[in-house]
Amino acid sequence: MTLLRHAGIAIIAGVVLLVLSSKLDSYRQYQLAEVAATIVAVAGLTILIGVSGQISIGHGAFMFVGGYATALIVMHLKWNLALVILASAVVAGVAGAIMGVAAARLRGPYLAGATLMLAVALPAVAYQWQGVFGGDQGLDFTVTSPGFLGVNFQLTEWQAWVCCICALIVLVLLANVLRSRVGRNWRALRDNETAAALAGLNVGLLRVRAFIVSAACAGVAGSLLAMTMLNVTPGAFTLALSIQLLTAVVLGGLGSLAGAVWGGIILVLVPPFLSNFASSHGLASASASLPIAGYGLVLIIVMLAFPSGVQGGVRRLLGPVAPAATAPVSALGRHWHGLRKRVGGQDVGAELTTTKGVDKEGFG
Amino acid sequence: MQEFVEFTLGGISDGMIYAAIGLSLVLIWRGTRVLNYAQGGMAMFTSYLALFVITATGSYWLGFAVALASGLVLGAVLERAVVRPTLGKPPLNAVIITIGLLILIEGVAGIIFGSKNRSFPAPFSIVGAKAGSFALGPGSSPTAIFTAAAVLAAAGLLALLFRYTSVGLRMRASAFSAPVAQLMGIRVGRITTLGWALAGLIGALAGMLVTPQTFLYPNSMDSIFVLGFTAAVIGGLDSPVGAIVGGLILGVVLNYVTGYVGSNLPELAGLAILVLVLMFRPSGLFASTATRQV
Repeated sequence: MTLLRHAGIAIIAGVVLLVLSSKLDSYRQYQLAEVAATIVAVAGLTILIGVSGQISIGHGAFMFVGGYATALIVMHLKWNLALVILASAVVAGVAGAIMGVAAARLRGPYLAGATLMLAVALPAVAYQWQGVFGGDQGLDFTVTSPGFLGVNFQLTEWQAWVCCICALIVLVLLANVLRSRVGRNWRALRDNETAAALAGLNVGLLRVRAFIVSAACAGVAGSLLAMTMLNVTPGAFTLALSIQLLTAVVLGGLGSLAGAVWGGIILVLVPPFLSNFASSHGLASASASLPIAGYGLVLIIVMLAFPSGVQGGVRRLLGPVAPAATAPVSALGRHWHGLRKRVGGQDVGAELTTTKGVDKEGFG
Repeated sequence: MQEFVEFTLGGISDGMIYAAIGLSLVLIWRGTRVLNYAQGGMAMFTSYLALFVITATGSYWLGFAVALASGLVLGAVLERAVVRPTLGKPPLNAVIITIGLLILIEGVAGIIFGSKNRSFPAPFSIVGAKAGSFALGPGSSPTAIFTAAAVLAAAGLLALLFRYTSVGLRMRASAFSAPVAQLMGIRVGRITTLGWALAGLIGALAGMLVTPQTFLYPNSMDSIFVLGFTAAVIGGLDSPVGAIVGGLILGVVLNYVTGYVGSNLPELAGLAILVLVLMFRPSGLFASTATRQV
């Protein structure tokens, strides 16, 4: 039933976007594609941070993997576009699995440090093996819109279609994963790792799985972004990108896919808006730095005043209607709470009290 | 042999800078369990203030003093203004707040000082020493020696502060258990602010020491911060000694990799060291206690 509902919402959104994209000029179509691709990456990171309770400050690295995989496959193998995206997701997923296994024992700032270093280190690969990855200049490639759309069909509109369709598919898949046993297990892991382990969950495997899903999403996002820009360079996957993804997850609203959609929109559309604002108000010299300062300020204010992000605000505005939609989640929370109490009531209670130390730990 | 000595000395000199950043992170982490992602940005900003004073007055040491003093004030002010409200909230809030601070500081620096690269004076000569005909490289220059001496002196003074003064005892007590310290009449809030102020000072010192090598621009401290963070993680975020050892390991290995293997590889080598250390010691080399009790 939920599967049908998610699919229904996605189809309606798809039709709306299809109509919308044909009305936009090519710059707006480009932005639409960029927003869709970013949403995929933010949604993947939301799964990792908001649902499984791990942190990554290096998700740009997995976008790097997906982007370069796409460029190399298009240039050398000339596969079908859908296969290219799928293959990029698989390659990035494998990278995520490696990182996930290496990081499965790490917590809080130690995990943050390892992923941060990954984001800084991976672009060096492109410089070191210039023959394959093209060094600083990166790789240029082309994609064309399929023949049945006619020769005059705008490439930007086709790119916007591809990105939007992929984003909707990913969101439907993730929404269903979150409602499945895996999603529930992740939330159990996030809320109380010791209790989750006591309940028989394989904590290490669940953590690695979250990394794989999240990295595969980032790979799809990197692939879509590469196809939109028709090139990949190491400069497109900087530490700044990774940090922006993390902030988008929190700004949108931690732990919900709707929040990821908000985060992606904010990330792509707000900086150009601020930049235009600065230059149109005679601040041309500061127009490069003003959006940066503004973004930092927004982050701090949102975190202090609205810690639940945009989606939290939307939920509060819509009043009691919206929480009903998330009822199964809170019902799970109650169920889980009951489980914790039940376990706590037995002899293992003594062990559980030590988990209080965990509260001090967490994200660095 | 000559190369080996050159790379080793260069590595020690670089490593001391990573150690200083790591030390400032450890100071804050021990006291508040917050990791200050804005530490590099703060150091960048205080270096700009120092450069302003140096160009205005012509005195390097006046600029040096201004950088340290402004680091002290900046740390205290930021803790009071934006970090304090996140205490007791989910840890991710503090992460995002300090990242927001980093972005804000870099943006403000760009607005005030512009984003072009500026050269930055070194306190002493940067020409390396020679033993007969045996050149020891820039890692043996008076500036490099000053770098190592300054960081070691700062670490030593901190150790004395923690070990022998009443303030230091209060800081250790607050880090050990804030509620108990509070019950014993310690103003934990003030101690936290002091910790941030000291961290700001050490960070500003690192900024002054590294900027002559990197030029000064709004993002100039980003990669230094990442390496300093890595140093602190390798050493164990609870341990000041760990930060220094981690910084030295990182600096020396990165210099060997750059010198012997290839100039594109130091970041990958840093990642390799970090992953290797964390695979065997998930809380760093010098973790005093298991940081996660289960």
